[in-house]
Amino acid sequence: MKKVISNILTALVYIFLFAPIVILLIFSFNESKSLSVFSNFSFRWYRELLKDRHTLEAVRNTLLLAASATVISTIMGTAAAWGIDRLRSRWYRGFMNTVTDIPMTNPDIITGISLMLMFVFVGRIFGARNSLNFWTMLIAHVTFCLPYVILQVLPKLQQIDKALPEAAMDLGCTQVGAFFKVELPEMMPGIVTGAIMAFTISMDDFVISYFTSGTGFETLPIRIYSMTKKTVTPKMYALATIIFFVTLSLLLINNFIDDKSTRKGGKKAKKAKKAKKD
Amino acid sequence: MMKKSPKQKLGRGNAALAPYSLWALLFIIVPMAFVAYYAFTDNNFNFTTENITRFFTAVSNVRNEDGSIKEVHTYLLIFRRSLKLAIISTIVCLVVGYPLAYRIARASKRAQQTMMTLIMIPMWMNFLIRTYAWMTILQDSGVFNNLIAKLGMGPVRIIGTETAVIIGMVYDYLPYMVLPIYSIMVKMDDKLIEAARDLGCGSLSILRRVIFPLSLPGVISGITMVLIPSISTFYISQKLGNGKFFLIGDAIEGQYVANNLHFAAAMAFILMVILLVFMALVKYYSSRYVNGGDAK
Repeated sequence: MKKVISNILTALVYIFLFAPIVILLIFSFNESKSLSVFSNFSFRWYRELLKDRHTLEAVRNTLLLAASATVISTIMGTAAAWGIDRLRSRWYRGFMNTVTDIPMTNPDIITGISLMLMFVFVGRIFGARNSLNFWTMLIAHVTFCLPYVILQVLPKLQQIDKALPEAAMDLGCTQVGAFFKVELPEMMPGIVTGAIMAFTISMDDFVISYFTSGTGFETLPIRIYSMTKKTVTPKMYALATIIFFVTLSLLLINNFIDDKSTRKGGKKAKKAKKAKKD
Repeated sequence: MMKKSPKQKLGRGNAALAPYSLWALLFIIVPMAFVAYYAFTDNNFNFTTENITRFFTAVSNVRNEDGSIKEVHTYLLIFRRSLKLAIISTIVCLVVGYPLAYRIARASKRAQQTMMTLIMIPMWMNFLIRTYAWMTILQDSGVFNNLIAKLGMGPVRIIGTETAVIIGMVYDYLPYMVLPIYSIMVKMDDKLIEAARDLGCGSLSILRRVIFPLSLPGVISGITMVLIPSISTFYISQKLGNGKFFLIGDAIEGQYVANNLHFAAAMAFILMVILLVFMALVKYYSSRYVNGGDAK
């Protein structure tokens, strides 16, 4: 009895979580303009979406920004994690961890406002009338992506036995060689997860982009924001449906990679146990 | 050579860390200083506390439901409302999310993975779209009202009420509550529960004396992860509250749009200070009670 009740309640929560998404998917195929009465199945809004130049440009901008932010934050973040892991000074390490936490715990609106104020101030010094553009957005995106990369890579580094790179060097590897042959493969799952997280978070961000974007460069969330200010057609739902399936497949790919690496890890652990027993 | 090696390592670690250190200084720490700088200066960048006092003293007139006019502290009222709605949403998230996390953590490995993926999927959809979807559901002639009309019930007015704003916040931030609680619960040792049962604990006292204290770190991080975004949101209230329930995020955004950067900064500064104090208190108490105090 208890179990039945708990199952029903769990199901209700999942219905609550998926109701808006299902409704959105259904109404993206609605023939009429209505968002509450379904008349006929059609691809009309998908066709209209493909004709909308501004939205397509926003998609292109979003991908360009997310890709650039991901590359920069993944490289800088991986190097930073490697450096933090190697820090001897406990004070410096604690300080770096606190600083890394700031963009994650600060509300987005404060991160956005703080960067915007600085950009505007620096822009004024150089006499620029409009100091917000692609580059300010890129800086903002790299800034809030970095902690995700660092926090994914750091635990992987902490798992590495510090004797391993040393052993590799004793066996004739250079320090750089040891890094690429021993440490990098171990860090890889963390780097990949971090990069995927950075990419999706950058693509998804609205609040920080809103405060740091100029008039010329519009990303998809900003485009959606300005679309929802006026009356909305199911075109936006068609857009949402496409985004939904793209992010869903990214999530599934990520899960698959994760699964594979944990399975590998599990096997390794088992082998190690066996070896100990023997 | 041997003596040199630790130093060498340190040098290389610092070299790898240098770009990030510089980046963090320029784009994390300095911008926060700019918030304080703008908050305490006027348009000509002369020192003033006017922006801060304006937040605490500005008054405006609101019309009561019976038509009488009442004078209120504009921004204090907005802040109190933000706090109220954020706290209610956090409580709802906890009440819904805690049993859910428990239920997931007790399921089979395969079911756990599926259930957690299903929790995450809505998170990967832009929150503007999620919020907008709720708006179309809850509208007066929306899907929800059409549905209950078919069941023979009258239309309910939800959009433009505080309830709608709370529904939006709970929907957007529920996963942030479930994730940390789940990740603690899944690591919990079943033997502790068995031991408590063997020693004569009932289900309720197992929950109160074993499960809940052990899951407290997850609960605390869940609360902060829901409270902080919901107190500072500015889109949900505009869409689901029909712009009637101005929150502190809306106030900051409004001043930004009106190009009153100094007052926007002052409000952001006040919000930041309050949240910093809150986080420090949480950290202090959780380190006292979670790691040490309760481990009798």
